[in-house]
Amino acid sequence: MNYLTKENGLLSWLLTGDHKRIAILYLISITFFFFIGGALAGLIRLELLTPQSDLMATDTYNKVFTMHGVIMIFLFLVPSVPATLGNFFIPMMLGAKDLALPRINLLSWYLYVLGGILVIYTMVSGGVDTGWTFTTPLSTHYVNTNVLSTGMAVFIAGFSSIFTGLNFIVTIHKMRAPGMTWFRMPLFVWAHYAASILMVLGTPVLAIAVVLLALERTIGIGVFDPVKGGDPLLFQHLFWFYSHPAVYIMILPGMGVISEVISTFSRKRVFGYTAVAFSSVAIAVFGFFVWAHHMFIMGISNYAVLVFSLLTMLVAVPSAIKIFNWTFTLYKGSITFETPMLYAFGFMGLFTIGGMTGVFLGTSGTDIHLTETYFIVAHFHFVMVGGMLMAFLAGIHFWWPKMTGRMYPEKISQMAAVVTFIGFNLTFFPQFILGTLGMPRRYAAYPPEFQILNVFSTAGATILGVGYLLPVLYLVWSLKYGEIAGDNPWQATGLEWQTQSPPLTENFTELPIMDHEAYDYEWLENQKTKEVASAG
Amino acid sequence: MPDSSAIDHGAVTTAGDAHAEHPSYQRHHFETVEQQADASAFAMWLFLLTEVMFFGGLFTAYLIYRNWYYPAFVSASHQLNVVWGTLNTVVLILSSFTMAMGVWCAETRRRRGLVLCLTLTMTLGLVFLGIKTVEYKEKIEKHHVPGQHYSLQSFLDPAHDEAALAAGDKPLALDMARHTEIYFSLYFAMTGMHALHMIIGIGILAFMIFRARAGAYTGGHVTFVENFGFYWHFVDLVWIYLFALLYLISRHQ
Amino acid sequence: MSEETKHTHQIVGPKVYVIILFALLIGTALTVWASFIELGPWNPVIALAIATGKAVLVVLFFMQVKYSSKLTKLTVGAGIFTLLALISMTLSDYISRAWGRW
Repeated sequence: MNYLTKENGLLSWLLTGDHKRIAILYLISITFFFFIGGALAGLIRLELLTPQSDLMATDTYNKVFTMHGVIMIFLFLVPSVPATLGNFFIPMMLGAKDLALPRINLLSWYLYVLGGILVIYTMVSGGVDTGWTFTTPLSTHYVNTNVLSTGMAVFIAGFSSIFTGLNFIVTIHKMRAPGMTWFRMPLFVWAHYAASILMVLGTPVLAIAVVLLALERTIGIGVFDPVKGGDPLLFQHLFWFYSHPAVYIMILPGMGVISEVISTFSRKRVFGYTAVAFSSVAIAVFGFFVWAHHMFIMGISNYAVLVFSLLTMLVAVPSAIKIFNWTFTLYKGSITFETPMLYAFGFMGLFTIGGMTGVFLGTSGTDIHLTETYFIVAHFHFVMVGGMLMAFLAGIHFWWPKMTGRMYPEKISQMAAVVTFIGFNLTFFPQFILGTLGMPRRYAAYPPEFQILNVFSTAGATILGVGYLLPVLYLVWSLKYGEIAGDNPWQATGLEWQTQSPPLTENFTELPIMDHEAYDYEWLENQKTKEVASAG
Repeated sequence: MPDSSAIDHGAVTTAGDAHAEHPSYQRHHFETVEQQADASAFAMWLFLLTEVMFFGGLFTAYLIYRNWYYPAFVSASHQLNVVWGTLNTVVLILSSFTMAMGVWCAETRRRRGLVLCLTLTMTLGLVFLGIKTVEYKEKIEKHHVPGQHYSLQSFLDPAHDEAALAAGDKPLALDMARHTEIYFSLYFAMTGMHALHMIIGIGILAFMIFRARAGAYTGGHVTFVENFGFYWHFVDLVWIYLFALLYLISRHQ
Repeated sequence: MSEETKHTHQIVGPKVYVIILFALLIGTALTVWASFIELGPWNPVIALAIATGKAVLVVLFFMQVKYSSKLTKLTVGAGIFTLLALISMTLSDYISRAWGRW
């Protein structure tokens, strides 16, 4: 008996309050939107295979990259790790029976679905071509596409995200098992705590920005309309006040996954646990003070450029703390190379490159040259795809045995990890070069001299596509044919591994008591010896 | 610091033994009623944080444009009726008071008192919306609603406008007069968003009165009333700022 | 951590509420009166100061933050902090775009 088999029928899923079932619902819907977004990315790369805009008209191209951005950001990256793995494992890691607000959790999924339906409606009814940033006055005055339905989708998906974050914060504060102090929590939980703060405090500002945008577009209220004395840049200020912290909403949970994976597969406590925990919170706090670095060339004041450029450098510090501490965790550890670990290595390398190029872009001098070119496209794909998606896959593989009770096939999944890594680099590294050469983003056509690098990039995207399809195939296969996993196949220390796989509906047979530090592998050994002794 | 919360949670473990004595309103995933009450109150506070940031975006916009187009904002604000505004502020403060009393009645298990307080709160809320409707109607009649039909008449020719005349407004230059539309955009966005919160609140109040008559909140389970109280006071709080910023910019000029 | 799981709830009586009600009404009268007096740049300052005073009363007593756990106080503080971050950092752009137009 476990959470999957306890009740049957569609309604038992659609009306469930169980955080694990909601996580599965999220996993399915998120994967669905990921592949829609991925297909759109494929179209973009196909179009860019040749210098002319021949596969589709430029208008269509604009719609394709906009929908790609909207879907990937609001329907995949923001909820990816938190709503699936976070939802599933935060209560288990804390030793709780469920999240604090199960009904709000279910509501959050329904809002997500509603947002998703609106996005699909937008696509089938003509799409939207403003870019995912909805920059005013383009979005308010100059396009005839479905800005409103997209805006509404973003608004609704935003509330889904708020409810998830709110639920996590309450759960982490109020639902910890006896003995589970703040500094015994897994770093995965710390990372989600920081990301949740950003969700709760940042998302409403996006909501109001979108509401004002909709009012501007429908009745012309004038707050973003220069003709009436409004300032189009105000929209960007409000938009980026959320959307910059949003990149930390996306990456922080991924960093949480990496902490778990690195520690488990090097059999060592995460080096500098406290520093890594606080660096998550520091990223969250600093994250609110740097947003205008997206607007350096938009006409904000030079003094503001100076201040925001300087503050942006601050964020590099906690990010670097994490990378260094993971590296030190590996030092003298007993490292094994299971699939999650391969993805984690991919994350560390690619995120570091993505983060470092972020420093170039945060420096106003270089940013003015590089922004709006493919350099910026490469930068955020290194962080989001190279970083976040690798972390997501690492997490999915790492916890798959716990979620389903089955092992994924190790050899083929290791191969998929390597394929993803190669495909990724081939796709996005050329884009750094294209950017420095001056190829602008968001154009369907480009000068012929850029073709060879674009061909590399499209070839890489094909490989990357294979790398992403493989896990879907073998993971689904493993549901039926995978080896039975057992309770703790990785010999990991988190509370989620100390219960059966797949877990019971209320996670634990009895209330767990946390009597050791996080990542305490000695405690785990002692437990095993005790069990053997009592069995004997 | 790390170990002290083990003691805090002591209450949680011992409560595990008393499984049989759980009150009916305790949800299964909580260990104790206190944990449940704390969690939902905290969740409500976090929700109010999102509300703060939601209105925060509007306040930011207001601050910027008020400083850019000060004369336009002054003249436009003179079109609002301070008497109605003050009256509405008083109404809302009173409703906050009755709500607070309602929470107290629930906590001290006074069923009839609770029903009375909630009914009063709802009535005052409706009065507020009524007055707001009167004000909106006036704006619509004078074409002060932003959009295609927006009229600059009151600001270009204040001599023929009652409100402007009473305030002693001087005619604005055309360029500045056009910026009054921004003021009214923000006025409608802010008060409209506020009124929307009131309407939602009144809907919940109606539901609560219905349940309170059956004694739902006077049996010791007061979380819902308390949390709604937080919401209602927050809406009051937003209005306190809206009143100061929209109505009272500068009555002396 | 200093978080209390035990219910630190304290029932606030009608006496406090009545006092706060009158304080709020007096504050309202005061702010309307003050807005009709010519105080130059101090008009908005006083209006906002009185509004903030009223808001503090509402938060502390009607919303019972004065009697709540540290966590609630911290939550309120976090809200104010982020709101100020939004306002001040946005204004830092607008103020420095054209010195003196403000």
